Amino acid sequence: MSETVAATEPEPAAHATSGATIQLEDLTKIYPGTPSPAVDNVSMDIKAGETVIFVGPSGCGKSTTLKMINRLIEPSSGRIRIGDEDVTDIDPVKLRRKIGYAIQSSGLFPHMTVAENIALVPKMVGWSKSKVKDRVEEMLDLVGLDPREFHGRYPRALSGGQQQRVGVARALAADPPVLLMDEPFGAVDPITRDHLQDELIRLQHELHKTIVFVTHDFDEAIKLGDRIAVLREHSHIAQFDTPEAILTNPTDDFVSGFVGAGAALKRLNLTRVRDVEIAEFPTVTVDDPLQSIFNKLRSGPHNELLMLDRRNRPYKWLRRGDLMRARGSLARAGQLVHDTVTRDATLHDALEAVLTDSGGRVAVTGRRGEFIGVVDMQTLMNSVHELLEADRLTAIEHQHDLEELRTHQTVQELEGGAGA
Amino acid sequence: MSNDSPSGPRSPRNAPASDRDRPPGEHDVKGLAFHDEEEEPSPPPAGRPRRFTWRKLVVVPAALAVVLVITYVWITNVELDSIAENSLAGDTVQLRWWQHVRLTAISTFWVLIIAIPLGIALTRRGLSKAAPVVTAIANIGQATPAIGLLALLVIWLGIGPSTAITGMVIYAVLPVLSNTVAGLKAIEPTLVEASRGIGMSAMGTLRKVELPLAVPLILAGVRTALVLNVGTATLATFGGGGGLGDLITSGIQTQRMPVLVLGSVLTVVLALLVDWLASLVEVALTPRGLEVGQ
Repeated sequence: MSETVAATEPEPAAHATSGATIQLEDLTKIYPGTPSPAVDNVSMDIKAGETVIFVGPSGCGKSTTLKMINRLIEPSSGRIRIGDEDVTDIDPVKLRRKIGYAIQSSGLFPHMTVAENIALVPKMVGWSKSKVKDRVEEMLDLVGLDPREFHGRYPRALSGGQQQRVGVARALAADPPVLLMDEPFGAVDPITRDHLQDELIRLQHELHKTIVFVTHDFDEAIKLGDRIAVLREHSHIAQFDTPEAILTNPTDDFVSGFVGAGAALKRLNLTRVRDVEIAEFPTVTVDDPLQSIFNKLRSGPHNELLMLDRRNRPYKWLRRGDLMRARGSLARAGQLVHDTVTRDATLHDALEAVLTDSGGRVAVTGRRGEFIGVVDMQTLMNSVHELLEADRLTAIEHQHDLEELRTHQTVQELEGGAGA
Repeated sequence: MSNDSPSGPRSPRNAPASDRDRPPGEHDVKGLAFHDEEEEPSPPPAGRPRRFTWRKLVVVPAALAVVLVITYVWITNVELDSIAENSLAGDTVQLRWWQHVRLTAISTFWVLIIAIPLGIALTRRGLSKAAPVVTAIANIGQATPAIGLLALLVIWLGIGPSTAITGMVIYAVLPVLSNTVAGLKAIEPTLVEASRGIGMSAMGTLRKVELPLAVPLILAGVRTALVLNVGTATLATFGGGGGLGDLITSGIQTQRMPVLVLGSVLTVVLALLVDWLASLVEVALTPRGLEVGQ
């Protein structure tokens, strides 16, 4: 836990604390004066280093469930275990210092500078002054803000996205194994949100914290989650599974309603271009003599060529008639390449590029923009069919497991009912 | 999920494939170049604006000094009879001035000691239900005419400075109390939650988050109380408390204009001076991050 890190010298990123498991056991919250519980009997196992998203309609108790993990809301009954420790009855203040907490609209204290905000938790857990100072710089760096520029600024002088970054930096400052995020990106504009999500994915790749993240945006859940818990009223878990499984095999109407229309389209977000077949395509370079380009166009099976520039990057699509129409001038012939995708792009991106391209294909490039191959409509269609077919097979298996689980649960409930 | 690239991996032609290749501050979102600079609402502060402008520091005291000099010149040149001479003899004026200052200071001190902790207590969870009752009582304290209140207290406590101070305290508790409550209640609940959520204790949250954020409103209340106290201290004379009120009443009773005017002018000058000092304290104690334009 964080003590071990506190004992070591700075440069904690190198050996930062990675995630701890979280176990929720029959967690229930009943507010006095209300007939039905806000959170009813939630049990959940979250693995170390996993990103779990709570998603559900507003008022379903997802935030309440989250806040019970750091006991901002005390559970009425049930146990919480973090790592191997039962934290249900320990001092909540000490507990919270070991759990990062980031909320909507950042929750930064307006009367403290960015650096003071980030330094709060490390100071509270008793880090030395010099270590706290180094840590602040490091955290600002980590979330992509220039320490020299932002160190002494007040939160009001920051944009929403920057505030949110500082909020995340503050949550991570004391190197907690667990990070709770309560709709952290709910109040920023879509472009910034997209960017912050990417940053969070990158951070998580580096840090391997256990993250519990609450949102009502299913697309955000798909993008960020290793597993997603779809919650309905009273925080009942409708489904707790990988994004793929939820998209292809929603357990009931509630989940499929929440997934929304176009599950097959959303599925495209989960597969990357590297996972599908990238076809070869005849290429020429700008330095090739005109005659050889002519020959290639005439002799090849394709009636089209891709012209690369001197650094092997896609430059122009050349069709058979193009050179004739341009009267042999290469500079005027062909169509400039509009869009390329990298191998990391999702199939969704690729599909969009293919749809907007007149020829129905998109060039795939490597890290430095060099040409690798193309993906066309046919390849995409085939891969999507294969994907959905594979999903369907796992879904059937899954269905089987689920049914078994349900029978098991029903039996247990019956037994429990008989016992009471 | 496998996402090796930190940014949207689709990039327009000829654009660098990842953030690493982009100039600093530029990112790649869904293939669009995206500048951090665009989201910055304000340029980095090039030297913070000064908190105390020379105008704030000079204008009020200069004006007050002018008023004092004019009054002095007038008093020394006007013809005073023996009764008026008597009222202003020796260091009577000086004595009354300092009595007045002391009355104001002591009563304000007690107001702070009573009203701020009470205001804090009334915003805590256990006592928040008592808030309307206490505010109502404080309201009565201020709604009662000060002179009537003082008369009642004299009947009860007898004559003397402490009676006068008690009356002034009762009279001035309300603005500080209600401003403390209002200041603490105006804090965004998410900030308090954030503070608890990152592991601050209840006391730490109060000390490091709630009170600093409520400081501007609390200080505004204190400033009101101070000015009120300078005014009500003139009534202390009826409770045997002394102060500039002595000059005013003796001026009225003996029908000597210079004495009356001197007492009144000094009271006004003191009130404005105290208000000016309080405004400086307000500026100095308001946390930097809360300033307008920061």
